Amino acid sequence: MLQVILKRIAIAIPVILVVASVTFFLVRMAPGGPFDAEKVVPPQVMKNLNAVYNLDAPLIIQYRDYMFNLIQGDFGPSFRYPGRSVTEMIFTGLPVTFELAFYAIIVAMIIGILAGVVAAVKRNTVLDYIPMTIAMIGICMPTFLLGPLLVLYFGIHLEVLPVSGWDSLAGDKILPSITLGAAYAAYIARLSRGGMLETLSQDYIRTARAKGLPEYQVIIKHALQGGLVPVVSFLGPATAGLIGGSFVVETIFQIPGLGRFYVEAAFNRDYTMILGTTIFFSTLIIFFNLLSDIAVLLMNPRARSEA
Amino acid sequence: MKNQYLSYFFILIFIVACSPSISPVDDGLEKQILHYGNGTEPQGLDPHIVTGVPEHHLLISMCEGLTIANPKGGENLPGVAESWQISEDGKTYTFFLNKAAKWSNGDQLVAEDFVWSWERILTPSLGSQYPDMLYYLEGAADFHQSKISDFSLVGVKAINEHVLEVQLNNPTPFFIKLLSHYSTYPVHKKTVLQHGTIDDRNGQWTRPGNFVCNGPMNLKTWELNKQIIVEKNPTYWDAQNVKLNQIIFYPVSNESTEDRMFRAGQLHVTNVVPLEKCPVYIEAKNPNLKIEPYMGTYFYRVNTLHPVLKDKKIRQALAYALNRTQIVEKVSKCGQQAAYSFTPPGSAGYEPETEVPFNPELARSLLAEAGYEGGKNFPMLEILFNTQEGHRKIALAVQQMWQENLGISVQLVNQDWKVYLAREMTGDFQISRAGWIGDYEDPNTFLDTLRPNRGNNKTGWENKEYDRLVELANKTGDQTKRYEYLNEAEKILIDEMPIIPIYTYVRQYQLSSDVKGWYPNLLDSHHPKFIYLER
Repeated sequence: MLQVILKRIAIAIPVILVVASVTFFLVRMAPGGPFDAEKVVPPQVMKNLNAVYNLDAPLIIQYRDYMFNLIQGDFGPSFRYPGRSVTEMIFTGLPVTFELAFYAIIVAMIIGILAGVVAAVKRNTVLDYIPMTIAMIGICMPTFLLGPLLVLYFGIHLEVLPVSGWDSLAGDKILPSITLGAAYAAYIARLSRGGMLETLSQDYIRTARAKGLPEYQVIIKHALQGGLVPVVSFLGPATAGLIGGSFVVETIFQIPGLGRFYVEAAFNRDYTMILGTTIFFSTLIIFFNLLSDIAVLLMNPRARSEA
Repeated sequence: MKNQYLSYFFILIFIVACSPSISPVDDGLEKQILHYGNGTEPQGLDPHIVTGVPEHHLLISMCEGLTIANPKGGENLPGVAESWQISEDGKTYTFFLNKAAKWSNGDQLVAEDFVWSWERILTPSLGSQYPDMLYYLEGAADFHQSKISDFSLVGVKAINEHVLEVQLNNPTPFFIKLLSHYSTYPVHKKTVLQHGTIDDRNGQWTRPGNFVCNGPMNLKTWELNKQIIVEKNPTYWDAQNVKLNQIIFYPVSNESTEDRMFRAGQLHVTNVVPLEKCPVYIEAKNPNLKIEPYMGTYFYRVNTLHPVLKDKKIRQALAYALNRTQIVEKVSKCGQQAAYSFTPPGSAGYEPETEVPFNPELARSLLAEAGYEGGKNFPMLEILFNTQEGHRKIALAVQQMWQENLGISVQLVNQDWKVYLAREMTGDFQISRAGWIGDYEDPNTFLDTLRPNRGNNKTGWENKEYDRLVELANKTGDQTKRYEYLNEAEKILIDEMPIIPIYTYVRQYQLSSDVKGWYPNLLDSHHPKFIYLER
């Protein structure tokens, strides 16, 4: 197993360097620069600004300097926010985004696994059709629609939950977590139903039942471990997706997370911030994929022996 | 059944536990805390580095220049300078500083602080984007452009601790108004140098704990993308008249989120009203909706270097084929006023005497004179605009009016903000949507931009007579004469039509009825020392 992990890490390093290089040149190819504004600054000022941020050097020299600093873990200063380093901004937004993603994945797992298991156990009954229909709606409904709907109902109509904020008012984390977790809950419901159905038809489940075990024990002790393997495989990319894709929810609920920095950096042509966040998210995706692969290896003996 | 009741009970507990007992707006009323929707996250808090409206809101609460904008409009009020004298030729200003003016750390604020601060903003290597606000000072432009290196040659000096003398190139009647702009604010030398050099853009002096300035409020906390809290500054010279204890600025960039926050009692004032909500609120007579005059013009910029658009008759035809009243009443629908000049009417008492008729017949005959009878053989025209629903709707209306009234084909080109800016700057456009907001209340802030060699001109248009008239206006101290020159210049501009005015902006936002001391003004400047909360 250690060999597998080391091999994956060895592949990850060049992948990240390629991502950094491609992003570096792509952002420079995009029209417009970080200091372009509706009120044009005099050429002398633009010259001074470019000199301050080393943008007057040839592109290849800028690339060399950037990669050199990157290897030392320095993402550089933000062009948009003078006095802030990209590293500082990433680590300001990251804990919030992590926390939001954590709550969202909890919401997704509780609702998704429960619905999926019930649907599988009560196959072809109302308890199968209703959760799976809701799951399909959940997959199809975008967060920018679900979020405002929840806010309008719970925040403005019932006035029981805050409409925005994070760590400011009591209960302000509930609606964003549900909004972000909903679509993933729907995926998990379908995956766990499929996994459970396959597991429930296995011989060892029949043996367990033949031994006279009560049904809930058959499901919890024997079926769940195998039935949830597809869910665990999905959790790695899902967590990375939740962290990287929380921009919409962060905007709707005014959450100071990393997703907003990332998207705004692209609009502002904040070169170093775009690069820093892209490299950071790429690393996270690779890391979470690795984690979910390790979890699958631990849960599934067949995969372990193949590895 | 028992389990069902138990679940209901837990849901009830959950809901009650989560219910906020008192909304921020109600809580703010008791504690004099203003909750302020402030658009985007500010770039920073260094008055010599930042640009933008959210930064302006923050900086007028935390720092103060020689004068402050009058919240009711009109002449500026004393700030750090309690009075000033202007020489007969209008070129020498002597400012007498308020002896009670102090920095937030208790240090005495002296005239030398202004000299050092103005040297800082004019230092080329700082890369400030607003140094031209001080170009009216003798030698300032030369110092900034590295033509001279001795700052003592620039027209600002401290006569003594409390007297500051400023020497201008020309009598500049609006100079006092420039001094309420944040780019002219003083910064605390010792603090700035403690965290960097004079030209350090990335110094940490603006962080909470380090920040020292001289305004009615002082920086308490700054949480990125969440909120900035400022609290009453006890060392402010007029602290006894400051009623607010705190202002919490929220960087809410999403208009719909901001609207929901206001409706849920989380904000006293919003930055904007969502486009689609404005007509609904007008219809419903929403008492919180405010639509107030604003010193800005929405216009279409014409590339006068384009082979077809270089013909004045074509530009006039395009302008006369637009029904502006219909655009503001049926398209923008939020109280905007049809514009017939570049400078908004009423800017510091200036009333442009220009007209832009809606006359399709005249427009068609002008087009025919230019060789395009009935729009025949007229090449496809492109309207460039940046991604925003409001711009798209107006572009659609303009497209339809030009097609119907002139018989020409128009294509809409929608681009991302930075791409749009880059295309405008390199002249890679035919017609582009644009907006201009005044930095200070004077027609010069508009008309100066269209002089030759001004970066913000972007039309390629040059007119010697126009340039001469604006220059004459800048050199005269007689306001009546000055406005006459500017009016003549504006007539040339509207006749030549390098820009096609569409409407005059209004400020549309929501304001809680608890907020008092908040007055409409053209620059949308609301100084916190006049604001308080009362129900």
